Amino acid sequence: MESKKTGSVVVIGGGISGMLSALDLANSGFYVYLVEKGPSIGGVMAQLDKTFPTNDCAM
Amino acid sequence: MEYPQAVPLKYAINPDVCLKLTKDKCGTCEEVCPADAIDYTMTEEMLTVAAGSIILAPGFKPFDPSRFDNYQYANFPNVVTSMEFERILSATGPTMGHVTTFPKLPANPKKKKDKLLAQKRKDPKKIAWFQCVGSRDINKCDNAYCSSVCCMYAVKEAIIAKEHAGSDLDCSIFFMDMRTPGKEFEKYYENAKHKHGINFIRSRVHSVTEDPETGDLSVRYVDELGQIITETYDMIVLSVGLEISEETRDLAGKLDIDLTEGGFARTASFEPVATSRDGIYVSGVFNNPKDIPESVLDASAAASAAGDALADVRNTLTKETLPVEETNVVGDRPSIGVFICDCGSNIAGVVDCPSVTEYAANLPYVTVAEETTYACSQDAQDKMVEIIKEKGLNRIVVAACTPKTHEPLFQETLKNSGLNKYLFEMTNIRNHNSWVHKNNPDIATDKAKDLVRMAVAKAALAQPLKEEKINVNPSVMVVGGGLAGMTAARSLASQGYETHIIEKKECLGGEALKLWKTAQGEDVQKELDALIQDIASNDKIIVHTNTTLEGVDGFVGNFTSQLKTDGKTTPLEHGVAVLATGAKALEPDEYSFGRDDRIIRTLDLDKMFKESDPKLDTVKSAVFIQCVGSREPQRPYCSRVCCTHSVDNAIALKEKNPETDVFILYRDIRTYGERELLYKKAREKGVIFIRFDVENKPEVVVEKDHLKITVIDHVLNLPVTIYADLLTLAAALVPRKDERLANFFKVPLNDEGFFVEKHAKLGPAEFATDGVFIAGSAHYPKPVNEAITQGRAAASRALTLLAKKDSLFTSGNVASVDVQKCSACGVCISICPYNSPSFLAEGRFAGKADVNAVLCKGCGLCVASCRSGAIHLRGFDTNQILSQIFALDEVS
Repeated sequence: MESKKTGSVVVIGGGISGMLSALDLANSGFYVYLVEKGPSIGGVMAQLDKTFPTNDCAM
Repeated sequence: MEYPQAVPLKYAINPDVCLKLTKDKCGTCEEVCPADAIDYTMTEEMLTVAAGSIILAPGFKPFDPSRFDNYQYANFPNVVTSMEFERILSATGPTMGHVTTFPKLPANPKKKKDKLLAQKRKDPKKIAWFQCVGSRDINKCDNAYCSSVCCMYAVKEAIIAKEHAGSDLDCSIFFMDMRTPGKEFEKYYENAKHKHGINFIRSRVHSVTEDPETGDLSVRYVDELGQIITETYDMIVLSVGLEISEETRDLAGKLDIDLTEGGFARTASFEPVATSRDGIYVSGVFNNPKDIPESVLDASAAASAAGDALADVRNTLTKETLPVEETNVVGDRPSIGVFICDCGSNIAGVVDCPSVTEYAANLPYVTVAEETTYACSQDAQDKMVEIIKEKGLNRIVVAACTPKTHEPLFQETLKNSGLNKYLFEMTNIRNHNSWVHKNNPDIATDKAKDLVRMAVAKAALAQPLKEEKINVNPSVMVVGGGLAGMTAARSLASQGYETHIIEKKECLGGEALKLWKTAQGEDVQKELDALIQDIASNDKIIVHTNTTLEGVDGFVGNFTSQLKTDGKTTPLEHGVAVLATGAKALEPDEYSFGRDDRIIRTLDLDKMFKESDPKLDTVKSAVFIQCVGSREPQRPYCSRVCCTHSVDNAIALKEKNPETDVFILYRDIRTYGERELLYKKAREKGVIFIRFDVENKPEVVVEKDHLKITVIDHVLNLPVTIYADLLTLAAALVPRKDERLANFFKVPLNDEGFFVEKHAKLGPAEFATDGVFIAGSAHYPKPVNEAITQGRAAASRALTLLAKKDSLFTSGNVASVDVQKCSACGVCISICPYNSPSFLAEGRFAGKADVNAVLCKGCGLCVASCRSGAIHLRGFDTNQILSQIFALDEVS
């Protein structure tokens, strides 16, 4: 017997990877819970000055 | 609040230091908060949610070097970590981007001791970076793996430091192997050396001492010639590695998922985002050390994996919003509502907002002007809807922060009140005004009035704009039937979309057919067979072998491609396309390749292993030469996979017969991430690594009994001769440089012939052309697991587009042609980067230009180039722009 599936996903971590997973899932029809232990999302990338190799601003 | 750009931009109380919570004193914040947002009684709550899948993306923590006594991070103020240096370089960091010694002291120190130190502050003249701090090290810590990102970020920090402090700043990077195996990384490294003059010193620093007077740091190291050198630097940056925190390890324990030696989630090469437990996926650094674009690929890949498993319950929990019917305002006299935002004290602290509001209320066509504390808050939005309805407003101006982040929010509010979302104008009185003129409040207030007047003038001329609905054909074309293409197809098909794979050869599999095993030891052919079986048995996937692509027409949602099979051409209609055409191994023209069958390429050796070739049993001395055709002027990129592949095959030779002498001649060993463990294993097994310089490449002489290979040993600095009976060349992976395909989809190729993705960091699996996606080695050389990750990521990105089937619209801000004025000169057609304008083929205005709104990005190039003034950019029409300029000229 197959148990009933739930159409939602929990994403743990609100860094660049977690945020984008959440966005892709939400945009393709799933309900997403994004869980972050800190007071804001963005993770380490938001603390970086610029990114290689294009020297783009990380924000 | 962690930093000014935090999302959500809200303050949070740190319960560990709050006086109210710890000692029941203070309570000031509750008294002063105008929004009554402070509630000390809130406590941790336990929530239980039901979910079909879990994605783990807990990230990493930077390695703490305090325990390394030889670098004295804990004691010397001018020894900082790379993460701290990142903040020093940042304009929003503690030194506001100014590179200075003693960076961790407060800007205006109060303590006597700090004041004394602050007097010694100076602009550094010499900075050194130490690589591999907390990585590739099992003596001082247990992190045997390579953190993958430190080489590149150190190079970047050095370049940016020179930008900030001036080009006479002396930057030196002390490293073991320079690992720049990512797309465009090698060029960045070469530029750092030759253009920016950054010194690269191959040495592990022994110790650091401090001059107690000045705080300067003396570094003792052994250079490549074995000499002991002592040099003084003003600052030292420790390039700290990435580590998995105890907290994350605990979480993994609770979830019962397997971890690797380094504490990362254990995944398989063919399911690179699935943990050992069903339904739990992993993405980012917790899935092995990686940089931003790979984390982004992981993110989409994990979303695709989680989505595949839940495909049949898609759209069961999401909610649809009901659209509000739009009021027709065409022909009505403008009735403008202006909302001035205080942004707390962000704007109101500088600008006299009540005065700006009063001024706005008296501008032409303005019916109502309101000041709000936070225009973006939910209550302010609700009030806005109320006012629009009550006063019958038909144009809205918001003077607040940046439209980049907030325009969609306000446009949504307009929609909810029945107004077309383009009847909206936003002006930025924060970033462009209160933030930059905070020392001149009077001028800032005047400027705010100017900005509001201009916005009102433009809004009065705003017209409701229509967004064209784009129909999306729910089928997919994947070009290339290798690993990446097949993975993308399998994921898209399992989520219910018809997928066509176009493969020019007679069978699926691509270059992977030639591989023996993965870096993790999986049998590639076994896994590949299983994947091909999956594809064959999936009735949503149609495989077109022996087929080439002859032409592509159309745009996102509506492509028509011409497929040619056995000389016959048939059209295929599809909504999106994934390009996964791969790369192939170079035919080397050096090291006597092709002149002797004992000189082979990596994939030939794989073939011998796959077929258990008896010749392998007779090999007594095997040599590998790395970077054959890679990292050379004509191919200035690293092929990424070769170091690991050769190291892996060297181990296999040693395991087959420990008596075989195995040598790897290399320039830098680039076994990034946990592949480093293979490098370690190879050395333990007795594989001998000899480094050479590109100026002094090994020489190969073919002799009857053996191959004579001469190389200058970097330790002895003397030529060493090896007599080998097998020479494996790690040939570069070269792209197919398919200009025809690139042209079909209007997607760019870089100088080397790899496809250029939408964004190097944030859009690595898609093109700037809507509806076209990229996966596999056609993007950049990559090993099995990364090709599969990107295949999944491309599928996930394509899915978000396919899922919008009924809600994909063009922007209303597109160009349109006034055919009466058009002189049919064709300049717009030649200048448009998106192929949007074309000549009308039939009808009354045949021969005149017409803009396809679906392809138009609203850039305005054609508008500016039209000599007849026939093209208008909707929402930014000439009369609107001129009205703003004239309004600026009026004196307030």
